[in-house]
Amino acid sequence: MLQISCPWCGVRDEDEFRYGGQSHVTRPALNCSDAEWADYLFSRDNPKGVHHERWLHVSGCNRWFNVARHTVTHEILLVYRMGERKPDVTTSQRSDYLGPRSERE
Amino acid sequence: MQRYSFLTLLGGALTRHRRWEPAWRTPQPQRAYDVVIVGAGGHGLATAYYLAKNYGVRNVAVLEKGHLGGGNTGRNTQVTRSNYYWPQSAAFFEHSLRKYEQLSRELNFNVQLSQRGILTLAHSHHELEALRRWANAIQVNRIDSRVLSPAEIQQRVPLLRLDGRFPVHGGFIQARGGTSRHDAVAWGYARAANRLGVHILQQCEVTGLDVTESAVRGVRTTRGPIAAGKVLLAVAGHSSVLAAMAGLRLPIVSMTLQAMVSEPMKPCLDTIVLSPIVHMYVSQSDRGEIVLGGGTDAYQSYSQRGGIPALQDTVSALVELFPAFSRLRLMRQWGGIVDITPDTTPIMGPTPIDNLYLTGGWGTGGYKAIPAGGETMAYTVATGRPHPLIADFGLDRFSRGALIDEGAASGVAH
Repeated sequence: MLQISCPWCGVRDEDEFRYGGQSHVTRPALNCSDAEWADYLFSRDNPKGVHHERWLHVSGCNRWFNVARHTVTHEILLVYRMGERKPDVTTSQRSDYLGPRSERE
Repeated sequence: MQRYSFLTLLGGALTRHRRWEPAWRTPQPQRAYDVVIVGAGGHGLATAYYLAKNYGVRNVAVLEKGHLGGGNTGRNTQVTRSNYYWPQSAAFFEHSLRKYEQLSRELNFNVQLSQRGILTLAHSHHELEALRRWANAIQVNRIDSRVLSPAEIQQRVPLLRLDGRFPVHGGFIQARGGTSRHDAVAWGYARAANRLGVHILQQCEVTGLDVTESAVRGVRTTRGPIAAGKVLLAVAGHSSVLAAMAGLRLPIVSMTLQAMVSEPMKPCLDTIVLSPIVHMYVSQSDRGEIVLGGGTDAYQSYSQRGGIPALQDTVSALVELFPAFSRLRLMRQWGGIVDITPDTTPIMGPTPIDNLYLTGGWGTGGYKAIPAGGETMAYTVATGRPHPLIADFGLDRFSRGALIDEGAASGVAH
């Protein structure tokens, strides 16, 4: 069970949230090509490593926020607000974390 | 290759089983092959077999970072069916089911196909209407399906609770659907491909793709570089990781799909039962274990573990529908990494990189497709043209807006 630190409500179990997929996916100009539009709609990084993703606190404040999480260890490295620029997160960087470390499985 | 038969088994018994040949060799990697297939799962091994058998392309290596058949082919719940919705899917998966019906004979390896029927349940009037539409589409595609009343369902599945939290309003069955032995499919194709000259190189992980001037020339591996005329990626779960080595991004996200088995018990369930809305599919293995699966975990992962919330959803659906199973102990639980595509339809065919091919995006339904997937990808790699059965499954369908939405017929809502 992931423990996710909602910026407004604090640490909660993962089943209080809905997953929103990759963060920072920017819509291109509306006169782009079909290939660019399909790329925006469907192509994703899907990294085996640190992933920047969106979560919605459906059983709480119902607000969206961003999380940087490792897709193998599930370690949550950073929680940051929607609208913030994509941070440069490495596995050694922990000082910005807003809550307790996620449970090590 | 030594044939397996009653006579050779008897001969083995009389010689104290000391003369069995290894089912496949362990060759040294060559510096170059005509075709390199990345991933020795069902699809990779089947493609290698059909390349050799149907096209005489034998200078083929199948590279596997772990042990063959150790990925999703070794982790699924063995469901073998063809009850999809759209015509392209129906034609493809039915072709695969028909090949499964002959596969033990073709491979001289018992894949233990058990066509015990797969029953899909409806828990409301509206779901039943949707199931009727689905069952009709299957019949229009000339594949077997039959709508069943609650009474008929109870007769087939005595332990199913019709009037609990998830009332059963009806369902439909594909009688020719069933299970098969997943390890046998991997081993059968490996043995048959090996016999035709294919090299299976295990403990050989691809660390890079050698791409120059928009064409792939070979692979870099933990056992050295290997040049290749053509490269096929058959690495379900890791499709994005391999594609990134060629600078490609795919419409795929990797999720964990869990499965679990209970302690064995006496035979009590002889049909596969699937409930799309409450996320559960269940069957009983030949060893008596209740084999259970459900929807994927909610977030992207390469962990092959899965977490408690998804497991709890699946198990609670099971015990609501089968109260008799509530006292069973779960014996073993595991996970695989599945390629989820936006339309729950696989991605097969060429990529924007010359000579680089992809079979991926299989999601939670790749196992049943192994024979047809191997045969059609062998055609595609050998001829350079997509096989007619997979022409609409190409990577380019996303920019054409020609998605094939099999979200419902995949069996479990994601």
